[in-house]
Amino acid sequence: MVDTTQMGTPPRKTSLTHSSAQVARRKRKDVVLQGFGIAAILIAFSVLFILVASLVRTGYTAFVQTHVTLEVFVDPGEISEEGLPRGGFRDVLTAALLENLPEADPDEDARAVRNILSNGAQFDLRDRVVADPSLIGQTITLTAPVSDPFDQLNKGGVNRETPEDQRRVNNQEVAWFDTLAEAGLISTPFNIGLFTHADSRFPELAGLKGAIVGSFWALLTCFVISFPIGIGAAIYLEEFAPRNRMSDFIEVNINNLAAVPSVVFGLLALAVFLNWFGLPRSAPFVGGMTLALMTMPTIIIATRAALKAVPPSIREAALGVGASKQQVVFGHVLPLAMPGILTGTIIGLAQALGETAPLLLIGMNAFITSAASSPFDASTALPTQIFIWADSPERGFVSRTSAAILVLLGFLVTMNAIAIYLRNKFERRW
Amino acid sequence: MTLIAFILLAVLATVGYVLNRQAAAAITADGTRLHSLKHFHGLFSLLSVLVPVLVLLCLYLALQTPIINMVTMASLPDGVLDGMGDGAQQLVLAEIRSVSQGRVFGTPEDWKIIAAERMVALYQYADIAMVTMVIILSSVILVLTRRRVTAEFRARQAAETIIHGFMIACSTVAILTTIGIILALAFEAIRFFEMVPFTDFLFGVNWEPQIPIREDQIAAEGAFGWLPVIVGTAVVATIAMLLATPIGLLTAIYLNEFAPRGLRAVVKPVLEILAGVPTVVYGFFAILVVAPALRGAGADLGIGISPNTALAAGGVMGIMLIPFISSFADDALSAVPRALRDGSLAIGATRGETMLKVQFPAAIPGIVGGVLLAVSRAIGETMIVVMAAGLMANLTINPLDSVTTVTVQIVTLLIGDTAFDNPKTLAAFALGLMLFILTLGINVLALRIVRKYREIYD
Amino acid sequence: MNDMRLTERNMTDQKIKMQARGVDVFYGDTQAIKTVDVDIQDKTVTAFIGPSGCGKSTFLRCLNRMNDTIDVCRVTGDIRLDEEDIYDPRVDPVQLRAKVGMVFQKPNPFPKSIYDNVAYGPRIHGLATNKAELDEIVEKSLRRAAIWDEAKDRLDQPGTGLSGGQQQRLCIARAVATNPEVLLMDEPCSALDPIATAQVEELIDELRERFSVVIVTHSMQQAARVSQKTAFFHLGELVEFGETSQIFTNPQDTRTESYITGRIG
Repeated sequence: MVDTTQMGTPPRKTSLTHSSAQVARRKRKDVVLQGFGIAAILIAFSVLFILVASLVRTGYTAFVQTHVTLEVFVDPGEISEEGLPRGGFRDVLTAALLENLPEADPDEDARAVRNILSNGAQFDLRDRVVADPSLIGQTITLTAPVSDPFDQLNKGGVNRETPEDQRRVNNQEVAWFDTLAEAGLISTPFNIGLFTHADSRFPELAGLKGAIVGSFWALLTCFVISFPIGIGAAIYLEEFAPRNRMSDFIEVNINNLAAVPSVVFGLLALAVFLNWFGLPRSAPFVGGMTLALMTMPTIIIATRAALKAVPPSIREAALGVGASKQQVVFGHVLPLAMPGILTGTIIGLAQALGETAPLLLIGMNAFITSAASSPFDASTALPTQIFIWADSPERGFVSRTSAAILVLLGFLVTMNAIAIYLRNKFERRW
Repeated sequence: MTLIAFILLAVLATVGYVLNRQAAAAITADGTRLHSLKHFHGLFSLLSVLVPVLVLLCLYLALQTPIINMVTMASLPDGVLDGMGDGAQQLVLAEIRSVSQGRVFGTPEDWKIIAAERMVALYQYADIAMVTMVIILSSVILVLTRRRVTAEFRARQAAETIIHGFMIACSTVAILTTIGIILALAFEAIRFFEMVPFTDFLFGVNWEPQIPIREDQIAAEGAFGWLPVIVGTAVVATIAMLLATPIGLLTAIYLNEFAPRGLRAVVKPVLEILAGVPTVVYGFFAILVVAPALRGAGADLGIGISPNTALAAGGVMGIMLIPFISSFADDALSAVPRALRDGSLAIGATRGETMLKVQFPAAIPGIVGGVLLAVSRAIGETMIVVMAAGLMANLTINPLDSVTTVTVQIVTLLIGDTAFDNPKTLAAFALGLMLFILTLGINVLALRIVRKYREIYD
Repeated sequence: MNDMRLTERNMTDQKIKMQARGVDVFYGDTQAIKTVDVDIQDKTVTAFIGPSGCGKSTFLRCLNRMNDTIDVCRVTGDIRLDEEDIYDPRVDPVQLRAKVGMVFQKPNPFPKSIYDNVAYGPRIHGLATNKAELDEIVEKSLRRAAIWDEAKDRLDQPGTGLSGGQQQRLCIARAVATNPEVLLMDEPCSALDPIATAQVEELIDELRERFSVVIVTHSMQQAARVSQKTAFFHLGELVEFGETSQIFTNPQDTRTESYITGRIG
């Protein structure tokens, strides 16, 4: 056994500033651990940086659009007032282009020249003439988007050094485009169409209006359903429910719902809302109901936390002057908890805005070329539009997709900023 | 018409409020004291009108379409539906519906046009009936509640009882949703297992969800063995967790113990941003940046990497899970009492030793709960894999190969038009049921661990 | 043998182990300690007494730089251990704390086995080269903390399963296992019942043989029972410091007198 009188070695007489090899080794381990931590954070940061950088790099070009400005003679020979809205609008435009391209052969190259302009240009022209038939026979100035390959050419998406057969525009087309550019007809203004057009098969015409409107209707539905029900449930569970197995069960249920994969909610919506109740496919209303089911647990959890944060003294004070339990809750506790509830709700809605999978299953990824005018019309939503465009083969849709993502992230950042502002402004320390 | 019905309801409910409030005010005019404040008399009337009629209205809207569909189909001329399967009948219905909405493709048969006209008429009747219902029902309730205004009437208690009932109804929505999920999945899955034996599904090693397009086609019978799909899911989830767990935990450790306050104030929001990025964005990131980069790297090293490699989907999913794990671990570490940390430091342990030998082990239950929740997320995550993983079900665990996952199959089977009568569509529900059971099991376990752990230190 | 130890003690009695001069402590903008001068003698129990919030615990935590772990806390002045400035930038708090151990108000055993709790310090400081040596240190420490008999049959069971008094003695065992020179105790008995308190007080008296002990207490009786030197703190100032017997029988300062007679506190 140990000699108890010689308990322990005599105190080590090392100086405090003298570092032994053993201590040095331990401190090195500490530094290594910190190094790993910093490396982990750097990885997270650099991924975020690469994510944003790659989106901006591919997406910023979609915020401008190459346009060509043409003097168009609205030829009465092609377009007659009686024939409207039908008429040879396309040929009129081709003629206007050919006028600026002396080197192109009017007969042989007409088809190729026509492809410089976006397919939507003829409809722009048609709409203007239909609105004002007196334009027939006059020369008007029309600014229209060019088609995707030329848009890419202008923005540098097409490398002129690549061999001709691997390019989407051949040498002749490049020459034509340069002629137009030299004549000062090409401009690259801000792409308003990105926000005022709905979806299109042609990248240069495709916009986000339909998706933004669809997302708006869906979020509105989601809010109208989930906000009152979520708050009602949270108040009941936090303030009124007896602590028994039933309220326990409900609580476990809510926590579980918050962790159920979103695609399962899509299956629920498909089977119940669409198949059993026969609600319309692709409708933002149905999407909103589905998102409401997913957002509700978030709102309930946030509301309960906010209610919990209101100190009992407030309740006791109000009860003490003879208010009923409900008067206390709705008159005193709920208003005090409101900032917390709103913060949680906005964060829940932001999540809902980015949710994609359930909307795919109820058909909100349809190809729809007009914005919904009510929540019951078929529509896409921002995230599903991103999914559709990401799936499209045209080069122009890559930048469109990135741009759509940037728009979506813009909305999300705004919503979260509002939530953080609310939290900081009304945060109360009891 | 729906909008009109809702507006009418709102107006009538407000009328109820005003009427009852005035009636109550009239009683007090001669100095009689009311039991309840005037406001509560009004509120009682408002709620009495609003709640029952609103519930009825929603039920009406939900049931209107199925009933009209049924009536329309039942009133078709005899014989036209003979020999049609469920799916064919649904197609007929869909055609009639689109004709009734003015979208005519080709030349439908006369009986379809007649049926479409009937459908339009039915909808008109239904709309009128709905508005009438709202008006009559609301008015009756208005009269009834108006009669109850007396000095002794306990309007506050009555109104509070209605509100109480409403709140209870709200909190049952969560349960109803869960029941709805289980019923919907189970109901369709059972129909699937009537067509495909359960054992074939559970133990089959081939997943080829094709169905014959024509009756006489024999080539593609379709195979529904989910093993390659679940193995693919496991491969992707494993890659994700292998990336996310160490990085997430190290981040949490560093933030919790070592990071200067300024750095923490920067890193926390950045991680929140990462957590808030929608998964569809991560999916696009995977196909735009990660997959090409991996393929390029593979080509440089002379390794053949599939364009839909599980590495890309799993890696990006791992990135998505980093903030999830780190915030969970950070919370768990913060929940460890400060006294333990002080105790260790006071012995002369370094901060790293304190973290690794005292705080981290003490926080393990909470961290395990968080990691389990992350696993459940990885299994259920949809968009990243839909965009970046493959469609073909290969039974492989090679991360360089293309694999498919449960969620990818659910989405691809159900995207586009779906008919609820073939195994291809129903297979998605069977997969959904398995996914739900799997994630539910993990979630319940994880939440239980986290809860137990909180109780220890509270 | 006993005699020899006593002589040894008497010889070192005069030796000053720790010396504090002009120590100020700030929490953010508020000053918690104002220019405190104290000498801690070797192999002596020094008690810090005073009303709650007087800064006695804060000052105690300066002696092994535990205040470093609080972000907003700032310490100025001069504190020396064996003539070495412990706030010298070159001093590693880790090494300092190995020499100046600490026991806390609330028992805080790690959620590990009793054995691992005690072995924790020796392991990280590399005091044992093999399992046998470690076993020896653990047993020795548990004996010194007067808990060996209660714990020897359950060394592999969690330390959190012990009673409050046992937990606190386990924490003392954990602190002495690293063989410190000074042992700081921050109200070590405030969470314990009277019987456990008596055990711990007895233990403190025994510990005096090997360590210099500094104990913060709110109980004057306890200070009188266990300490040889007593320092009285009031509102962040050191009011009076001297032999315990003198402080309790013949206080020089009126504030000390008021506190001891129960008029402030």
